[in-house]
Amino acid sequence: MNVWHFSLLMAVFSFIASASPQQDQALFKQHYEKLFPQLSLNDYADGIYALDEIARGSWQTIEEFPPYELAIEQGETLFNTPFKNDKHYSDCLPNKGLAISHLYPLWDRTQNKVITLALAINQCRKKNNEAPLPYQKGEIAQLLAHIAFTSRGKLIDIKIPESAPLALAAYEQGKQYYYQRRGQLNFSCSSCHVQNAGKKIRADLLSPSLGHTSNWPTYRLKWGEIGTLHHRIIGCHKQIRAEIPTAQSDALRHLEYFLSFMSNGIPFNGPSTRK
Amino acid sequence: MKLLFLLSIFFLLSCSVQNNTTFETTSVRGKQLTFARNKGNCLACHVIEDGEFPGNIGPPLKEIRKQFNSKQQLRQQIWDATLFNPDTSMPPFGKNKILTEQEIDEIVDYIWHL
Ligand code: HEC
Ligand code: HEC
Repeated sequence: MNVWHFSLLMAVFSFIASASPQQDQALFKQHYEKLFPQLSLNDYADGIYALDEIARGSWQTIEEFPPYELAIEQGETLFNTPFKNDKHYSDCLPNKGLAISHLYPLWDRTQNKVITLALAINQCRKKNNEAPLPYQKGEIAQLLAHIAFTSRGKLIDIKIPESAPLALAAYEQGKQYYYQRRGQLNFSCSSCHVQNAGKKIRADLLSPSLGHTSNWPTYRLKWGEIGTLHHRIIGCHKQIRAEIPTAQSDALRHLEYFLSFMSNGIPFNGPSTRK
Repeated sequence: MKLLFLLSIFFLLSCSVQNNTTFETTSVRGKQLTFARNKGNCLACHVIEDGEFPGNIGPPLKEIRKQFNSKQQLRQQIWDATLFNPDTSMPPFGKNKILTEQEIDEIVDYIWHL
């Protein structure tokens, strides 16, 4: 049992009395329903463009010739190129690696671990003696773009198996991370994306966290390229002058597990474009 | 004696002139510190006079002396807003050393007169 398994077990005990993930999810959705009665659940897949009419217009114009199209093609090529041992990604990912983005992160019973799709890709590479890809941009984002494109329209469907208490503990850790204040500016994710969703911080409208995991990977005009969800979340840490977590660390995978579970039922629509 | 009197008048006058200029310069500096993105960046959340692209997370900053009994109380709000509201999203500028004590004083001088 390694350190984090132990800390997870402790978390199980301390959270046993708290609300179930299903109750959390219902309250989370209710909060936004009250704030934005005009939105349907599907609308949350569009992030801030569900709330900002004017920005939505220019976003839709960009989406007519999407800047992530090249990344999808590059990803498809990478996906179909055999490893040195002649095996493919399709040999180690479920459903041959297509139309699966909406199912991640998932709880892996043999590894006792939250597996994001990015991690599954690198585990597949490792199994086939290929070096892991860096997690924030580049080839991993291209591969994720291809897989995302084949998953469009599928409803996010994240499971926290009841028979696996460690899965629940990982979820609870993610939830705690989300509500924990941090950084010199003393913000939590929820300070911006729950408490002040729909308000403006300088000229930026703050998006709801409901749907936050639906549009990845995303081409950000600010980046000038396609990047991953963890890349974006790390950016939010920089804004609040917080310690920068590592992409695909336990902390961020558990955070993604929590965020994705909150978004169950929202159509997956990555890759996408954002400012 | 008369000379002394004149001198002291002169002295008092120069003091008040001096005070005025001090106030002018602090409040210009205070305004800069309030607006600068790498300092107070208060416009991120508050509408303030002629500040551009303000956010709306906090209330517009105006008629401050109606909200606060003293400059000291205003200073506390900026030093650590959680003293008044534990759930506030306003950063604790003094407590977390986002601004120096002197920078906070200058911002208080400026905000107090809004
Ligand atoms: C100080 C405010 C602030 C905090 C704190 C913050 N964010 Fe953000 N976040 C933003 C802004 C501004 C944007 C860009 C506009 C938008 O989509 O909300 C953004 C964007 C995002 C996006 C991209 C949304 C999309 O549609 O592409 C995600 C995901 C996100 N934040 C997650 C997080 C998480 C997780 C945390 C905590 C670890 C966090 N944020 C903390 C301000 C913040
Ligand atoms: C990220 C958001 C944010 C930033 C940045 C911010 N504030 Fe605030 N401020 C708030 C909120 C929200 C309130 C409402 C009361 C509360 O929650 O504490 C507030 C309240 C205030 C008040 C009390 C106003 C009243 O009418 O009661 C003052 C004064 C104030 N802020 C000054 C400042 C100054 C000066 C700065 C910059 C040095 C600043 N704020 C930066 C969010 C912010």
